[in-house]
Amino acid sequence: MSSFLGSSIGKKLIMSLSGLFLVLFVLVHLILNSFLMFDSTGELFNAGAHFMSLPIIRFGLQPVLAAGFLIHIIYSIILTLQNQKARPQKYATQNLSESSTWSSRNMFVLGGLVLVFIAMHLLHFFIPIQIHGNVHDDYQLVKELFTNGSTGLIYSGLYVVGAILLGLHLAHGFWSSFQSIGFSNTIWRARLEKLGYIYAIFIGAGFTTIPLYLHFFA
Amino acid sequence: MADKILKELTLKIWRQKDAKSKGQFETYKVNNISTGTSFLEMLDILNEQLINEGKEPVAFDHDCREGICGMCSLFIDGRAHGPDDDITTCQLHMRKFKDGATITIEPWRAGAFPIIKDLIVNRTAFEEILQSGGYISVNTGGIPDGNAIPISQDDAEEAMDAAACIGCGACVATCKNSSAMLFVSAKVSHLAKLPQGRVEAARRAKNMVAKMDELGFGNCTNTGACEVECPKGISIANIARLNREFLSAKIKD
Repeated sequence: MSSFLGSSIGKKLIMSLSGLFLVLFVLVHLILNSFLMFDSTGELFNAGAHFMSLPIIRFGLQPVLAAGFLIHIIYSIILTLQNQKARPQKYATQNLSESSTWSSRNMFVLGGLVLVFIAMHLLHFFIPIQIHGNVHDDYQLVKELFTNGSTGLIYSGLYVVGAILLGLHLAHGFWSSFQSIGFSNTIWRARLEKLGYIYAIFIGAGFTTIPLYLHFFA
Repeated sequence: MADKILKELTLKIWRQKDAKSKGQFETYKVNNISTGTSFLEMLDILNEQLINEGKEPVAFDHDCREGICGMCSLFIDGRAHGPDDDITTCQLHMRKFKDGATITIEPWRAGAFPIIKDLIVNRTAFEEILQSGGYISVNTGGIPDGNAIPISQDDAEEAMDAAACIGCGACVATCKNSSAMLFVSAKVSHLAKLPQGRVEAARRAKNMVAKMDELGFGNCTNTGACEVECPKGISIANIARLNREFLSAKIKD
């Protein structure tokens, strides 16, 4: 078992499975967030937020989610450090733009920036709603962040940037996780890449739309 | 039609005395190079020039000069085997360059491929990976009838495509992680697709991956740059197969 987890492909399997788990999570998250746009009284979103605060979710699923994030982050650091070490002396000139996509070469940077965004995001919503638990109207809390006079536009902008970063991360991460598991061949690669782009655009555009909708229309 | 002549080229070449010395770039000029000249012939011309000047010629790997041996390497203007697709450096011609151009020539750079001298790197790591499992250890006996072991055309083609790998190391040189996954996947795949290779498939995948990791190659991040720069067009679909072979072999342990 240790030789399996120590092997390059074993570590990549862990990256891929934790990644796919997070891929599912962002979809659930986006669906719940979309409630913000479908009911201006906020009842629908509050019901969703209330459900997500139930003990079974908080103490049953949240630790699993946190573990998923942690494993994904820790293994990305291990793999990236090894990859840095594999080329002690860099090229004076290297042109990779013709042979690979920008996002595929910058997954660690993109993931790091998404993590910075997540930290800010947790401060805004997760900690007041789930940890302190003293928020009566979750909808109002979210809406205020994006509409509040001077800072509303800045936060809307930051959340749009976060959504785009996540979209770029998924643009490579989605199909890449299937490739690492071994679920790919010449036919499925094209399908998975297309599906990955569609998914990345859907998630990126979805999370972009919500703060903009709240800022300009709510 | 006569080939065009490139009046002057500036070459920025990595010079390094031996494995232990610190290397640096040296700049050279070559004149009146025909566009029909191959890249290695251009280096031959430079070396003659250097020898006539009493200087040490540039050391670079080459052998068959027809794109099948995998000896020639060179990272030219930021790309393995230079600015053309599906070729080795010996198949690169000077018509791909403009008159007056500055061409940067570096050796493959990877911890697992230490520099021997100038542009020559030690690719013994690939041999070691092959020795760890890239073979079939059965007594083959006499020649069997061609139809004794039925193999589908698709499988035969895929095995042959993977077997086209010449072990040049362009995949490792190109990969931002210096990963050898394309090489190992080609060597695992060309045997995995054939019945004779299936017998030892699990052991082969495990041993070759373990050796690859041990030798300090990086981890694959599926950027796909390797297959673009591979002179033989080996597909990263082979990498997915290697992942499958390795994971299913490990699950059975």
